[in-house]
Amino acid sequence: MDHTHDKYYIPHGSHWPVVGSCALFMMLGGFAVYLNGAAIGGTVSLIGLALLVVMLAGWFGTVIAESMSDCYNSQVDKSFRMGMMWFIFSEVMFFAAFFGALFYARQLVIPWLGGEGTKFMTNLMLWPGFEALWPSNGPAHAGGEFETMAAAGLPAINTAILLSSSVTITIAHHALKNGNRLLLNLGVLVTVILGFSFIFLQATEYMHAYSELNLKLSTGIYGSTFFVLTGFHGLHVTIGAIFLTVIWFRVLRGHFTPQKHFAFEAAAWYWHFVDVVWLCLYFFVYWL
Amino acid sequence: MTNSSGFRLVGKITTLLGLMIIAPSAFADMVLNLRRGVTDISQTVYELHMLILWVCVVIAIVVFGVMIVSIVLHRRSRGAEAASFSHSTKAELIWTIIPVIILVWMAVPAAKTLVVMEDLRDSEMTIKITGYQWRWHYSYLGTEVDFFSTLARSSNIARQLRSGVDPFSVENYLLDVDKPLVVPVDTKIRLLITSSDVIHSWWMPSFAVKKDAIPGFINEVWFKANETGTFRGQCAELCGRGHGFMPIVVDVLSQQDYAAWIDAKDRGETVAMVDSTADTTAEAPAAARELSGEELYNISCGACHQANGQGLPPAFPGLVDSAVVDGPVAEHIDIVMNGRVGTAMVGFSTQLSDAELAAIISYERNAWGLNSGDTVQASDIAAAR
Amino acid sequence: MGPEYEATADQYQADDHDHHGAPSGIKRWLFSTNHKDIGTMYLVFSLLMFFVGGTMIMIVRAELFQPGLQFVDPAFFNQMTTMHGLVMVFGAIMPAFVGLANWMIPMMVGAPDMALPRMNNWSFWLLPVGFTFLVATLFMPGGAPAAGWTMYPPLVLQTGDAFPFLVFAVHILGASSIMGAINIIVTIMNMRAPKMTLLKMPLFVWTWFITAFLLLAAMPVFAGAVTMLLFDQYFGTHFFNAAGGGDPVMFQHIFWFFGHPEVYIMILPAFGIVSEIIPTFARKPLFGYNSMVYATASIAVLSFIVWAHHMFTVGMPLAAELFFMFSTMLIAVPTGVKVFNWIATMWRGSMTFETPMLFSLAFVFLFTIGGFSGLMLAITPVDFQYHDTYFVVAHFHYVLVPGSLFGIMAGVYYWLPKWTGHVVDEKLAKTHFWLSAIFVNITFFPQHFLGLAGMPRRIPDYSTQFADFNMMSSLGAFGFGLSQLLFVYIVYRTVKGGEKASSEVWDNPKGLEWTVPSPAPHHTFETAPELR
Ligand code: HEA
Ligand code: HEA
Ligand code: HEC
Ligand code: CUA
Ligand SMILES: [Cu+2]
Repeated sequence: MDHTHDKYYIPHGSHWPVVGSCALFMMLGGFAVYLNGAAIGGTVSLIGLALLVVMLAGWFGTVIAESMSDCYNSQVDKSFRMGMMWFIFSEVMFFAAFFGALFYARQLVIPWLGGEGTKFMTNLMLWPGFEALWPSNGPAHAGGEFETMAAAGLPAINTAILLSSSVTITIAHHALKNGNRLLLNLGVLVTVILGFSFIFLQATEYMHAYSELNLKLSTGIYGSTFFVLTGFHGLHVTIGAIFLTVIWFRVLRGHFTPQKHFAFEAAAWYWHFVDVVWLCLYFFVYWL
Repeated sequence: MTNSSGFRLVGKITTLLGLMIIAPSAFADMVLNLRRGVTDISQTVYELHMLILWVCVVIAIVVFGVMIVSIVLHRRSRGAEAASFSHSTKAELIWTIIPVIILVWMAVPAAKTLVVMEDLRDSEMTIKITGYQWRWHYSYLGTEVDFFSTLARSSNIARQLRSGVDPFSVENYLLDVDKPLVVPVDTKIRLLITSSDVIHSWWMPSFAVKKDAIPGFINEVWFKANETGTFRGQCAELCGRGHGFMPIVVDVLSQQDYAAWIDAKDRGETVAMVDSTADTTAEAPAAARELSGEELYNISCGACHQANGQGLPPAFPGLVDSAVVDGPVAEHIDIVMNGRVGTAMVGFSTQLSDAELAAIISYERNAWGLNSGDTVQASDIAAAR
Repeated sequence: MGPEYEATADQYQADDHDHHGAPSGIKRWLFSTNHKDIGTMYLVFSLLMFFVGGTMIMIVRAELFQPGLQFVDPAFFNQMTTMHGLVMVFGAIMPAFVGLANWMIPMMVGAPDMALPRMNNWSFWLLPVGFTFLVATLFMPGGAPAAGWTMYPPLVLQTGDAFPFLVFAVHILGASSIMGAINIIVTIMNMRAPKMTLLKMPLFVWTWFITAFLLLAAMPVFAGAVTMLLFDQYFGTHFFNAAGGGDPVMFQHIFWFFGHPEVYIMILPAFGIVSEIIPTFARKPLFGYNSMVYATASIAVLSFIVWAHHMFTVGMPLAAELFFMFSTMLIAVPTGVKVFNWIATMWRGSMTFETPMLFSLAFVFLFTIGGFSGLMLAITPVDFQYHDTYFVVAHFHYVLVPGSLFGIMAGVYYWLPKWTGHVVDEKLAKTHFWLSAIFVNITFFPQHFLGLAGMPRRIPDYSTQFADFNMMSSLGAFGFGLSQLLFVYIVYRTVKGGEKASSEVWDNPKGLEWTVPSPAPHHTFETAPELR
């Protein structure tokens, strides 16, 4: 890394992107084959996933190494920050699609099926007797009778967990800026633990839903929106928690300085994003 | 850059525009424009269309005019020196505000028309229309009358891949059905439109009606025809392999004729259409001879189950490996005649004759290497009716 | 105001110590982190896809040459139409613009490269994965997707084995676009040379900047939409099924929330390109630079609130139909501002008509015609008649072919000497232009008449009254397609050799890209250029 400080660092050729493409090819192609009913696809898909993990480790490893050997000036740092921010924005839009589906179904489709507005005949002739109520699994009662998840139980605990994890990561951030390494270390560790507890509780909640409430993916539009929204959120929490775990190990190695700690902040932003999505979920999916 | 190539540009552009203007008159007998249609709404829509069209033409003449003048005059080859101005708030305001005014002026009649179109009150009769892959089903609410309307036999034969039948020899090629929708003139008719499978769209240009048929929902539209006659349209939403082959024909009858028609229909009689070209079977060249079971299969069933019997899974099952085709004859006859409720497999008992159904079923049971040796007779079908 | 440039060209000698021209061999392309190499790959890929998508539609046009079914089964016909739409939109037009962005944006803002070069590489190398999925579907049981590029359920759920591949192809192409957009945004926000203030940026940079935000906001929604399809198909959800409380129309809303911004994604960069070219050949600064920027931004904002104009016939409530009609009509205003500004730029200029200018002029003419038919489509009660007919096909090909595609061609002819160091053979290029401009009109103008006369789109066979115009359109299409072979030949020849281009190439063009030698060195602006 012979680059001087004030020069924008342009990396030389890298094989990681192509490896990543191969990984996604196998992972998604294999999964598609699996969905078409050939079990071998599942295996290919898992190999692809493994390769993807290797790629991510390798790619980030390279970046970390470059960062540690001071290749990046402040302008590069800024590029990374902006990149992360706009990436999170695109994630917000991804969730917006599913929230949009929830609002549309709940505010428009269910009332229409119940005969509201110009859809009187829809109700009368196609779905006689269907009443527009939420939660709903539709006029055909797809998936059968079900109960919804009570907002007060596990979800409330999970809300508390995520909220406090947001606090702990902020404490860690301040500690990092003040050079308090012990607090930093603890802050991240607690956040990671809280994150994984969230995932654990979420899994428990799903099992409860499936085994006791008869609330499933196939439970009409309610089950669809409920599981897809919370499921994608859970996936993001998992990614965020893994991200933070990596950060914790880097903290242990003393990677971050009060001035330079982009990766730490990226993880923290991501965590806050996941947190905000959860608050929306808790409000719109569990509460209302 | 030479002098002459610049002139060539202008020359070619004008020839091109000229050609576009002249070309239509060369095809005077062809339909070039929206039709006026036979309802008040369709006339209004036609006028709206002409209004916007002319607005656009006028703006185009002004905009392209200025551009062409500039291209002709302000070219270096004519010694034009470039000016250096780069903005003018006044000009920019003008060409922001004028379009806004034009747009508002166009939006008002458009909005009014839309409001009228959506006003379903006081309709005098109601027909429920259901789209199927690939035929329409009409049901006259308040009567016992309901029937399927399918692409006319003559067109269906001619439209097969490499059928050898010249489409020009078929009357109303692809725009004809076996049983048209019959409605009275001067009557506000409400249509309830829905679908049994995928999205279709019921489009009758002469009434300016186009509404999507959406499974699980009913959309409502209305029309009131001012003239009697036969009007033709098509399914307008991509609905799979047969999308191009589910035409719509509406016979508008005088009120007396309609009353007689619906009366007879209601009593379960088959009525010859008063004003319809529906039964064109006799005119179709290929139908002059008897069709074999294989040909009939390809025409009526091949769209879904495919000529090779493999079907198009997952939507349309293959028949080669079907337990029904390989199983008891009675069950086979039953599904072909009566269909399976809730699937794209509708019953064919009303569309095909006993002999035809028998031929198809016999064919299926012996084709694609099945060789069951069964033959079904027309009498078997008659017995099952 | 508008930008002013005066870079010190001799910085090149100053900073040549570090390295090296391009690395050689396959690794140069596979592992590249160089914006120019990646740009080249994007452009070549998009040309390839243009031919793939074009070949597919030639099959369609051959079938439509005469009434009756001569060549293909209707199911295959639908596959060709669908794949043509998908390949052209995601394979030809979008990657071509990203390729141009890669080549030009760093040079135009005075940056050493794109901000995130490794990710840039990945953005590109995801495309072959996505298109392998997509093209492979042609050979799968049940055939390729055949439900239109809009993939409406429930029809799309009748797709065979191709279905999950279609969904994952969209995911991968979406990821590629999102990464590309992030890179462009960051490059523009963070990598500009000192004194390159936002309102000094060339318009191509501006339009791409705004386009990148459209991508960022629209592509994830599209990914969400197809994810819901996947779940409905395989995991028992009921998003688009009324029996379970869903609605097929909901998919259309989500799709078009993406789909409409998508069509502006395909036109805004072209606006930028012609805004570069017209001032050069009119020898006059761009008229109304600031209002151009604001107009572009307004178009982008409006594009998110007009989506349901594609769905006027689905049976929306009256209020919604009115709202979407009005908002759609409004887009004519900022677009008009752009058209008028281009004309005012030509006004009292000193114009010459080299190939890039010819393509730009044709763009202004023919895009505007497409815009007018768009405005007609926006009038809801009349759209009931136009919707899903060839009038719509005519509309969007006027904005996409002589619009987006001509914009790309104009850009390629404009910058090709800069990329290759060789001057383009003007005579051949002009021949290509005239053939394209004439045939494109023969192909698509008659389609207006077909649509008005009542020919629905996406049909493999039609009533005999439509025969003449279809034949004309098919002939035009064959002519247009064959003319593009000439384009390939011209590009090939220019890459291989020819008269050396000066660094300015044209007569006193404005912009930093003209201050560097032709061909542009492998690394430009390792130290930022100085602007006045
Ligand atoms: C590059 C892509 C592009 C662009 C730029 C546009 C631009 C516009 N489009 Fe188009 N459109 C498509 C691509 C595009 N479209 C595609 C692909 C489809 C079909 C998708 C599918 O179904 O497969 C479609 C379909 C489509 C429909 C749906 C039709 C239907 O299915 O029924 C509508 C309806 O409103 C519409 C409207 C418009 C409008 C109002 C504009 C406006 O932006 C145009 C504005 C421009 C002008 C108006 C001209 C210049 C202005 C002036 C000179 C000023 C003065 C003018 C006046 C005051 C009139 N478009
Ligand atoms: C995005 C850009 C884009 C571009 C550039 C094009 C380019 C072309 N399009 Fe397409 N088109 C769409 C986007 C585009 N299209 C979309 C989105 C749809 C809707 C799909 C849907 O309904 O779902 C559509 C649909 C569509 C239809 C309607 C099909 C139907 O409804 O069934 C037609 C019909 O004429 C058509 C024609 C053409 C033609 C002739 C070209 C020509 O410009 C193509 C010219 C290029 C070539 C021909 C390739 C190069 C040359 C060769 C390979 C040499 C060999 C050539 C010969 C043998 C002649 N297109
Ligand atoms: C519009 C599409 C369509 C057409 C046309 C069609 N079918 Fe079918 N057919 C189906 C579908 C869908 C099913 C599966 C129904 C189900 O899910 O039970 C089916 C099922 C069948 C079966 C039972 C197969 C099995 O294994 O369950 C037979 C036999 C059959 N069709 C015969 C015919 C014949 C004979 C014709 C023509 C006269 C015909 N079909 C026309 C769509 C069609
Ligand atoms: Cu039914 Cu198209
Ligand atoms: Cu649109």
